[in-house]
Amino acid sequence: MALINKDTVSNKMSGRILKNKIAKVIFFIATIIGLLFLGALAYRILTQGLGSLDMDFLTGFTSQSPDRAGIKAGVIGSLWLMSVTAPVTLIIGVATAIYLEEYAKRGKFTRFIQINLQNLAGVPSIVFGLLGLTIFVYIFNTGEIVLAGGLTLGLLVLPVIVVAAQESIRSVPNELREASYGMGATKWQTVRRIVLPAAIPGILTGGILALSRAIGETAPLLLVGAATAIFTLPSGIFDPYTAMPIQIYSWTKAPQPEFEYVASAGIIVLLVILLLLNSIAVFIRNKFSKRL
Amino acid sequence: MADTKSSVFNVKDLNLWYGDNQALYDINMDIKENDVTAIIGPSGCGKSTYVKTLNRMVETVPVVKTSGEIEYRGKNIFDKNYLVEDLRTKVGMVFQKPNPFPKSIYENIVYGPKIHGIKDKKTLDQIVEKSLKGAALWDEVKDRLHENAYGLSGGQQQRVCIARCLAIEPDVILMDEPTSALDPISTLKVEELIQELKKDYSIVIVTHNMQQAARISDKTAFFLSGELVEYTDTNTLFSNPTDKRTEDYITGRFG
Repeated sequence: MALINKDTVSNKMSGRILKNKIAKVIFFIATIIGLLFLGALAYRILTQGLGSLDMDFLTGFTSQSPDRAGIKAGVIGSLWLMSVTAPVTLIIGVATAIYLEEYAKRGKFTRFIQINLQNLAGVPSIVFGLLGLTIFVYIFNTGEIVLAGGLTLGLLVLPVIVVAAQESIRSVPNELREASYGMGATKWQTVRRIVLPAAIPGILTGGILALSRAIGETAPLLLVGAATAIFTLPSGIFDPYTAMPIQIYSWTKAPQPEFEYVASAGIIVLLVILLLLNSIAVFIRNKFSKRL
Repeated sequence: MADTKSSVFNVKDLNLWYGDNQALYDINMDIKENDVTAIIGPSGCGKSTYVKTLNRMVETVPVVKTSGEIEYRGKNIFDKNYLVEDLRTKVGMVFQKPNPFPKSIYENIVYGPKIHGIKDKKTLDQIVEKSLKGAALWDEVKDRLHENAYGLSGGQQQRVCIARCLAIEPDVILMDEPTSALDPISTLKVEELIQELKKDYSIVIVTHNMQQAARISDKTAFFLSGELVEYTDTNTLFSNPTDKRTEDYITGRFG
């Protein structure tokens, strides 16, 4: 009568439990492999770089001699770049995402845009460098200034920000929109008062990741002409600049082997600044989520 | 006596399609002022679709097409010049699942008035008190108006949604199975509330609970497969239905 044979069930039991244990071990090993490489990287950089990392390194310009080279120009240049990239990409990116999610009619055209956005997010950064070189440096004849570099990085991360913002706008429950429309709210009122506040933590997370990528990019900046050796700080977005990754890259190319240590020290600074920016953004994000 | 009341909605030959699927067939229906009009019928009969058509919320589904007319206070709401924001300001809605905003109780209630441009703090305070009293919730929440509405029970959340709807002082309140996600005690409270509200508002309520329709409504409409089978006084419909299908449904032979 019984469709299930109890003996088969108990015979299979130990096998099922064994498989479960094996699966756990496989996933654990995968995690450990990643951690090991990360640990090795951190160890090598710290042992090589900590020796060169001191106040003079942070406050000095680069130099022909490894023991006098500093990263000040790179740090300030990168911050200037972000002051262009962050507002431009966040404003344009979020506005695009709002249009695509809330206003645009679903159709062939929006699907076409959508697919292209996702493809753009995967385009190698050097291609964006070429684009920035052509548009900003040549066509608009900006020269090799912060604005050109910042906008190029902006182009690079814009698709990432749009896609991230779209996903977080999409995850706002439809019932909330209905409630708002049901009271006679316009689309803009609904977006501004209901959708955006609920989506902002997700948008910021996407923004952080995108800007972290931008601050570490080297290739596009090489193309749009970030200087490798510069002894003045930019005082605005129309000045020449260098950036941390450019500085690090040029040190690794230097003939004296001691520059390797300088480069490692530069990487430590870059990582610390990245962590700092991330924690600021996480702090802002948590503040926003609590307010909801 | 019912005939002397004026109509709020006058539905004429309403058809509605979701893409190629027709969901409503030739609905003709007069909804009277200060009545509680109940819409009953089995799942998928189009009753929710119908009530969402009355404030054009159904249009949030992009593939919806309609034909026919719905006159609200004498004006066709499908008219090109009819502002849907204006319609929804006068025809408020309470949804099936309580959907308060993830904000404080106070912010939930003043949302509607604020989007309509009311900024005066004193007026807003008065609206909050009046609306929460109107939704029989004031005594329960008056000391925690600035706490998040998500912290309330399901029944209280639904009454916040009703209060939020009252705050824009609508003419009609549409309710789409407002008690289906609530426990019996909360359901009873909402039903008592509806009895109070009908003094000031016209109410259209969708329910899959026939006892509820019989308890609270003046008129009942029975929908089946997108058609309006029978629409008459609630007492008549439940005691002496003219259509065989209505009789089968209310006696529990199907649905």
